[in-house]
Amino acid sequence: MRLIRGAALALALLGLMQGPAVHAQQKFITVASTTSTEQSGLFKHMLPIFEKKTGIQVRVVAQGTGQALDMGRRGDADVLFVHDKFAEEKFVADGFGVQRFEVMYNDFVLVGPKSDPAKIAGTRDIVAGYRKIAAAKAPFASRGDKSGTHAAELRLWKAAGIDPQTGKGTWYRETGSGMGPTLNTASSMNAYAFADRGTWLSFKNRGDLVIVVEGDQKLFNQYGIMLVNPAKHAHVKKDLGQAFIDWVVSPEGQKAIADYKIGADQLFFPNARR
Amino acid sequence: MTSLWEAFAAAWALIAGFDATLVQIVGLSLQVSLSAVLIATCIGLPLGAVIAVERFPGRQALIVLLNALMGLPPVVVGLLVYLLLSRAGPLGPLGILFTPTAMVIAQTLLILPIIAALSRQTIEDAWREYDEQLRSLGAGRLNAAMTLIWDTRFSLLTILLAGFGRAAAEVGAVMIVGGNIDGVTRVMTTAIALETSKGDLPLALGLGIVLIGLVLLLNAAAALLREVAQRRYG
Amino acid sequence: MLPLELDQLALSVGATPIIRGVSARIEAGPRTIILGPNGAGKSVLMRLCHGLLQPSGGRVIWHGLRNGDPRRHQAMVFQRPVMLRRSALANVVYGLKLAGKSNHESELRAMDVLDVVGLARHAGRPARVLSGGEQQRLALARAWALGPDVLFLDEPTANLDPASTRDIESIIQAIHASGTKIIMTTHNLGQARRLGDEILFISNGRLMEHTPIDRFFREPVSAEAATFIRGELP
Repeated sequence: MRLIRGAALALALLGLMQGPAVHAQQKFITVASTTSTEQSGLFKHMLPIFEKKTGIQVRVVAQGTGQALDMGRRGDADVLFVHDKFAEEKFVADGFGVQRFEVMYNDFVLVGPKSDPAKIAGTRDIVAGYRKIAAAKAPFASRGDKSGTHAAELRLWKAAGIDPQTGKGTWYRETGSGMGPTLNTASSMNAYAFADRGTWLSFKNRGDLVIVVEGDQKLFNQYGIMLVNPAKHAHVKKDLGQAFIDWVVSPEGQKAIADYKIGADQLFFPNARR
Repeated sequence: MTSLWEAFAAAWALIAGFDATLVQIVGLSLQVSLSAVLIATCIGLPLGAVIAVERFPGRQALIVLLNALMGLPPVVVGLLVYLLLSRAGPLGPLGILFTPTAMVIAQTLLILPIIAALSRQTIEDAWREYDEQLRSLGAGRLNAAMTLIWDTRFSLLTILLAGFGRAAAEVGAVMIVGGNIDGVTRVMTTAIALETSKGDLPLALGLGIVLIGLVLLLNAAAALLREVAQRRYG
Repeated sequence: MLPLELDQLALSVGATPIIRGVSARIEAGPRTIILGPNGAGKSVLMRLCHGLLQPSGGRVIWHGLRNGDPRRHQAMVFQRPVMLRRSALANVVYGLKLAGKSNHESELRAMDVLDVVGLARHAGRPARVLSGGEQQRLALARAWALGPDVLFLDEPTANLDPASTRDIESIIQAIHASGTKIIMTTHNLGQARRLGDEILFISNGRLMEHTPIDRFFREPVSAEAATFIRGELP
C-alpha cells in the first residue's frame, strides 16, 4: 500500500512539474482572439507556418471580441486579433493598444430555416430583411455576448430602426454564448441567426438552416490586430508580439490567410495596407 | 439515434486511431486532475481529520461552510482564480494564467471542500467507535487522527475518486483559467465544449465517451485495489 | 500505583445524576468485581477510574503513583473490542509503540503475549476477520502487553459464547497471577463468584456494599444486593 501510494505521489508530482516547465523553454506569445478565427480553423492553418519560421509558439485564447479586449486591458494577452473596428479604435485611443493594423475581412451572413417564415430569401438588403423578421416576429437567435459579431448585429438593428429588446423573450432570443452554440440553438429552434461566414462554413450541425441574405456591403467584417501597450503592462512580450503582427500583415502572412479554404470556399480575404 | 451511433463510431475511431492529439489531451486531463486530487488530498484529508477529532469554537460553522462549498459552481471558482492570476490581479506577476498550473489551482480549490467535508464525516464516524479505545491506549489527538485516516482508508479512497470525478468532469473553471489553448491547456472537457460549438456533435459526444471510459477505468482499478486490500486487511 | 481511592466521586449528565458520591479504597492484590444490575452505573464508574470520563464532583486518587501519568500504568478492555484495521500483531504493536517502545522490542513483546493468549498462529491475519472470542482475546493481549499495574475489564464476556468465556476467564486469571490488579464489571453472578475476591455492589449510581466475596453472597447487607442475588439465582 505504502509503496503504491509513494509511487503515485512521485508520479503525480513529476507530472505537475513537467507540464509548465517544458513549455517555459519555448518562446511563446499569448494572443486573445475570437471564436470565428479559431473555430473556422484559420489558426490551425496559419500558425504552424509562423511557428516553423520563427520558433515562436502562438497560444490562442479564443473568446468573444468583448472578452478578448478585456483580456488585453487586464494585460493577460500580448496581442489582440479581433473584429470590432469601433471598439478596437477605442481600445487604442484609451492607451491599451499600441497601433491597430487591418489584416483581413470576411463577411457576415444571415442564416435561417429553409421554410423562411419572414419571406426574405433572395434579397441582398440586410436591413430590409431585418425589418421583415421583426414584422413577422420570426424567431431570431442572437449571440447576446458583446462579441464583435453581436456588435455588428446590433448596428444593423439600429440601422433598421428596430429595438430588438422589444421582442425579447418572444421572437428575439439572446443565447449569451459563442457563435457555434448560437448556431446550434438556431438550428434546433429553426430561428434566423447572424453569423460570420467562416464559422458558418465550418459548422456541421446545420439542420434546416441555409444562407438567406449575403453580399450586402453592410455585411463586411474587418479584422484588426494590435499589440497590447507595454507602457500599460510591462511584461507584454513586445518584440515577439510585434514579430507576429509584422508577419501577419506581410505578404507571406497575407498569402497564408488567402490560402485557407474549406472545400472551394475561401474564408478570409487579406487586405492589410502596406 | 443516428447521431448516437455516429458518436460511438467517432469514439471508437478516436481510440482505435490512437490519435496523437487525443493522447496529448487525455494526458493533460489526467495530469491536471490527478495533480489537483493529490494536492487537495494533502490539504483536505488532514483538515478533515482535525475537524473530526478536535473541538474548537466555530467548528460547527466551519463544517456547514465546507459542506456548502461542495456545491461551488466551477465557473465561480474559475473566475476567482482568473481574477487572482490575471496580470491585473494580486498574483499576476507569477505569470501563470493560461497554463496547466492555473488549471490545477482552480481544480484544487474546487475539490478541496469535497475531500475535506466528506473525509471529516467519515473520520468522525470512525472516531465515535475508536475514541475510548484510542484514548485508553494513550493516543494523542494527532496520533488518533493519523490512525483514523489509515483505518478508514478504503472509504477515503472513494472520496478521492469522487474528487477526481468532479475535477475531470468540470469545464467551467479550466476553460476560464486555462483558455482552452490548443496543445497547451486543452483538456477533454474544453475540447468537448469546442467541438460542440463547432457543431460537430458526434465528435464532441465521442470525446465524452472516451472521458467516461477513462473515469470508469480508474474507478474499476480503485475498486479492484479496494477489494484486494480489504480481503487482506479486513 | 495502588491503592486507588475514590473520594465522593460523582458524575451528572445535565441534571441527571449517574454516579452519586461514591467513596471507596481499592487495594492492590484482590480481584475486584464491580457488580450490579444493568444501568446501575458500573461502566461509568470504571471509565471515571480509568480517566476516560471527568467527574463532575469528587476525586480519583492513585496513592501509590510514583511518577508521571497514571494512564501509563493502567489499561482497559472494553465490552466490544475495537479492532484496528490491521493485523492481529500490528494491533498489539500499536499500543506498545504508543507507550514508547521501539519497533523491535514491541514486536518481540507482542508475539510473546499473542502466544500466551493462543493467537500466535493468527498473528498475521487481519484483526477484523477474527471471531468474537478471538477478538476479545486479542484485546486482552493488547492491554496485557503494556504491562499495566491495573487492568480494567468492562463486561469482557458479555457478548461471548460459553467456550470463549472460559478462554477469557482463564486469561484473566493468568494476568492476575502475573501480578496485575484486576478490576472488572459484570452483571453475571457466576462469573463474579469464579473470578472475584471482593465485590463493589453498585445500585442506582450508589455504592451499596464493598465486601469480600464470601460475605457478600452469605449475608448481603443492603436490601438491593439481597434482591439482586435472589433474582439471579435459578
